[in-house]
Amino acid sequence: MKELALHILDIAENSIKADADNLYINVLEDTNKNILSIKIKDDGSGIKKDILENITDPFVTTRKTRPVGLGLSLFKVAAERCNGFFEISSNNKGTTIEAIFEHDHIDRAPLGDMSQTIISLLLWENDFEVKYKHIFNNEVFIFDTKEIKDELSGTKIHNSTIINWLKEYINENIGNLRGGEYN
Amino acid sequence: MKSLEELRDLRKKVEKDIEMRKGLNKPKIIIGMGTCGIAAGARNILKTVMEEIDKRDLDLEVTQTGCIGMCEKEPLMDVQLPGQDRITYGNLSTDDVKKIIVNHIINGKVVDDLVIARLEE
Repeated sequence: MKELALHILDIAENSIKADADNLYINVLEDTNKNILSIKIKDDGSGIKKDILENITDPFVTTRKTRPVGLGLSLFKVAAERCNGFFEISSNNKGTTIEAIFEHDHIDRAPLGDMSQTIISLLLWENDFEVKYKHIFNNEVFIFDTKEIKDELSGTKIHNSTIINWLKEYINENIGNLRGGEYN
Repeated sequence: MKSLEELRDLRKKVEKDIEMRKGLNKPKIIIGMGTCGIAAGARNILKTVMEEIDKRDLDLEVTQTGCIGMCEKEPLMDVQLPGQDRITYGNLSTDDVKKIIVNHIINGKVVDDLVIARLEE
């Protein structure tokens, strides 16, 4: 994947398929400690123990279309390539995935278009909440669909006018957080 | 900077619009968003669809789906007009998407050279 935001989209879609009601995406960038951490947490149905043990093996998957699953394997390799690490834990209350990267590692893909990733998640028909928290050194941006849905009081978030507005809203805020640099 | 108060005003506008378009049978777009689709550029396909809808003021239903096993033809997009065959387009660029929206969705003409499958209604 060319952007970390694309990995996030891919992994988060597993959460949607696991019928999660709440999805938490945390991005932490600490340039002093030279860390970029991505944590994705859901309250979905979880992964069975026997599958979890080998989940990052590309030939372990629960899908039925073909016996190869690449999403988690790719994310793990992306982190390890950058002197980082990858961790996954899961039980019947949900799944947590964390990937740590060296922030300035030459092989680290750019974070990429996070706003488009969040918007793509919002466009799924399933009803679930997304809480995105992005910390860049001491600056914090939080995007919470609960708060957005309160403002919309019943109007569907899927509407293209709303979606395009939200995209710009997220983009501006992340850009602001990182001092005008978008990805 | 945009504020959430702005969103409240936008909501009122959008509500009027939705009320006006109620009850119409909408064309449907389905985008493949599995790992294969995402790696091949499906997120940009979705982005372009949403931009075109906004720009051309279209009323469509946009949904997403996981991998359907045609990974080598991603990014994939299905279009179904009410009462017509469901057409699967593949190997798409964002320019192809604009073409499909104008020719197929607006003018009702299937873009034959981009079709990879057809599911009868």
